[in-house]
Amino acid sequence: MAEKVLMKGNEAVAEAAIRAGCRLYFAYPITPQSELIEYMSRMMPKVDGNFVQAESEIAAINMVYGASGCGRRTMTSSSSPGISLKMEGISYLAGANLPAVIVNVQRGGPGLGDIQPAQGDYFQATKGGGHGDYRLIVLAPSTVQEFADMADLAFDLGDKYRNPVMILSDGLLGQMMEPVEFKPYKTEEELKQLDEQHFDWCMHPNEDEPNHHHHEINSLEIDPLILEQHVIKLGKKYDKITKNEIRYEKYNISDDNEVVVVAFGTAARIAKSAIDELQEAGTSIGMIRPITVWPYPYDAIKNVLHDKVKKVVVCELNLGQMVEDVKLAVNGKIPVEFLGKVGGILFTPDEIKAKILDKQGE
Amino acid sequence: MKTEIICSGFGGQGALTIGKFLAKAGMGEGLNVSWLPSYGPEMRGGTANVSAVISDKPIASPLVTYPDILIALNQPSIDKFGPDIKKNGLLIFNTDMCPHGIKRDDITIIKAPMNQIAKEIGSMMVLNMVAIGIVIGKTGIVKYETLENDLNGFLKKKNPELLEANLKAIKKGIEIGKK
Repeated sequence: MAEKVLMKGNEAVAEAAIRAGCRLYFAYPITPQSELIEYMSRMMPKVDGNFVQAESEIAAINMVYGASGCGRRTMTSSSSPGISLKMEGISYLAGANLPAVIVNVQRGGPGLGDIQPAQGDYFQATKGGGHGDYRLIVLAPSTVQEFADMADLAFDLGDKYRNPVMILSDGLLGQMMEPVEFKPYKTEEELKQLDEQHFDWCMHPNEDEPNHHHHEINSLEIDPLILEQHVIKLGKKYDKITKNEIRYEKYNISDDNEVVVVAFGTAARIAKSAIDELQEAGTSIGMIRPITVWPYPYDAIKNVLHDKVKKVVVCELNLGQMVEDVKLAVNGKIPVEFLGKVGGILFTPDEIKAKILDKQGE
Repeated sequence: MKTEIICSGFGGQGALTIGKFLAKAGMGEGLNVSWLPSYGPEMRGGTANVSAVISDKPIASPLVTYPDILIALNQPSIDKFGPDIKKNGLLIFNTDMCPHGIKRDDITIIKAPMNQIAKEIGSMMVLNMVAIGIVIGKTGIVKYETLENDLNGFLKKKNPELLEANLKAIKKGIEIGKK
């Protein structure tokens, strides 16, 4: 077993990305994400990687487009307002079938908002954000360890489907320290294989192949009939991802559950405290924690709603975004209630308990 | 067992570092730990504070609302978090910077002139280590040896004098905590 180190989420995900083979990282600083870019600026030169502090978030995402077009593992990161700036580039990456990892350490919004943890970018991450028919694979960590592990997973999924992947974290996970264990660094041989898997489509100086410089990486298709086929193909890819890649955690799910909570990321951690305390007091509450928020675990939620479950409570650090997906999953079978906090404020386990037990305001 | 701690003081007093050392030592002893700082504009001149949780079970919420232990290096920290300390909880505070203290008789209170002690040891930088010493002297939440090993690891070569001052401060704190 590797040695555990106490690390901030921002630093842990950066270290894990390097270990996963990321050697090209481009970003622009923003709180509460800046430790990530600082860590990359320190470590990239040590692994013969490239670190560029771009002149803007938009420049950074377009550098990612270029690096990914050359078939390399590449990443950028930011926090909410900066992610909004990247949205054009993200749509282009999706349109051009390019793998890339984008980390969003969410803070309070809209606009410049504040710098405290929030989950207000759920819609942006899972329903679009950029223009056009596209999907991001969106992973939502809830511990520093999971945040780090997701770097590896995000690169693998990105390569597997040639699709951009977002890690949807927040200021709490970015700033907090927890023990974390890392996978070993990829070997030179493994890094070479990672590159080679893309040689049939990417730009690369492979002179054995006659058309090596003619690979076209583009999201522009002027002919509607060609674009139609292109988008249909994207749709088929998204169907495949939906079929294969749904991930979620079941917490305290049992036949005794009276209420089922659905929460992701930081909100799920706080909900776990509430569920533990209620369990000790003799009330059984289960939770489904989506790990992929796209593709979304609709069936996982539907399947735990046996007759004893009276209602579903959705806890989010926003005005109610994922609650729409939960309602689709529950499909009117039982009531779906919502508890939210905004402005970068966190709820306490007591507030969640009160919502579950219908004792708010007591 | 789960212990929830808040460490708080002016930016620069080392409150966040107290939490970090306790969490790191807890991790070294195989426990689950989390360290969640307040971050943002309040850190300069206001109260910088950190939630640290040390537990034998996985930690759900890292945010401490009602601490078992509050370490307050200045009066604003007592004013802000003192009323939320759990019944039968522990308040450790720095008498040099907390002129008013707190009026509660349902918690254990340990006071120490931490500025003065640090000054006597010869470095104001070790003020926070006095507080750590008091915590482990009183509660035994982590072992002195774990902290010593950790400090040795990164200070022995870099700054042996500061290492000695740190260890002295922790030992002094342990003495106070055990009283």
